[in-house]
Amino acid sequence: MSDIILQIDGKEVAAKPGMTVFEAAQSAGIAIPTLCHHEKLAPYGACRICTVEADAGGRTSFVAACLYPAEKGLVVRTRTEQVNRMRKVLLEQMLSHAPDSEDLLELAGEYGADPHRFEKEPSFCILCGLCVRYCAEVKQKHAVSFFDRGAKREINFIPEIAVKECWDCKECFPLCPTSALQAAYVLTESLLTPPEEPSSCGGCSSRG
Amino acid sequence: MDIGTIDQIIDNHQSEAGSLIQVLLEIQSQNNWLPKEALTRVSERLKVPMSRIRHITTFYKTFSLVPKGRHEVHVCMGTACHVRGAERVLDTVREVTGVGPGETDPELNFSVETVNCLGCCALGPVMVVDGEYHGNVETAETAEVLKKCTCSSE
Repeated sequence: MSDIILQIDGKEVAAKPGMTVFEAAQSAGIAIPTLCHHEKLAPYGACRICTVEADAGGRTSFVAACLYPAEKGLVVRTRTEQVNRMRKVLLEQMLSHAPDSEDLLELAGEYGADPHRFEKEPSFCILCGLCVRYCAEVKQKHAVSFFDRGAKREINFIPEIAVKECWDCKECFPLCPTSALQAAYVLTESLLTPPEEPSSCGGCSSRG
Repeated sequence: MDIGTIDQIIDNHQSEAGSLIQVLLEIQSQNNWLPKEALTRVSERLKVPMSRIRHITTFYKTFSLVPKGRHEVHVCMGTACHVRGAERVLDTVREVTGVGPGETDPELNFSVETVNCLGCCALGPVMVVDGEYHGNVETAETAEVLKKCTCSSE
């Protein structure tokens, strides 16, 4: 099939049919920041940091590059003033949830985002879904999942599955842009592992 | 709820993964809540991972993962009901049933929930008991309706 020619940041880029704007940019060496993209996983569009300005047929819109399909004649601008401002606000919001995330702080420096702009509500998770999707799509273990919805949405391990699968895998840990995932796992594990039997320490039972 | 009933519900839906929500809804309506054993069974039979079921059951408010009482009491706390004394209605409900919003009494008689609008503001303050709407409820009436519930269930 013939390649699709589109323009990214003034550069003519050839993309294969079915490619997203993000992938097209990547193949042309144009970096678009992202927090929730992973090459092995289906596009998800959770973090919106990859938002770009796209001109299609005379209409300008802001789209998530990781989801938007590359089209013929599309004109994409990855770093306009407006795009940068959107990313800045998004980062500030995420930093209110995960104030210590190194990935976020690095991007915040780049976009001039103020980590202290919004009141801190540390859930330590930005709901990028990398762990949930990696576990489901790549490992097919489904050990970690989203719970609840709206402002209360969070990630959690399913204890029954986690106890069997997670100890030898833990492949999702390095994917996490914050440290929330590991914390959630440590919590699950601590709930699953019964405290040391009194007999092994010898103290409590003999005294009781 | 026994496994046979759950299997029956699943069989009615040809064990299709796409019928997950329908299956869960039926279990919920027959049993008032979704016990863990039921979810495990559904997960096995429909071949849907447990994580997905937990995601769905925590997402929709219809599903309850904790036991629910035989009588469901909804008290509207919307603006119209609020200014007409929904707070007093809720207080009476709390007094009679002994439980507050989101709670269920140990005898599983009542589950109390607050809602934000029932779409019949002209009737406010509104209380719904087991799907039956009680409009303009006064304190005495509230108590009476709830007491009738306890009598009929005993």
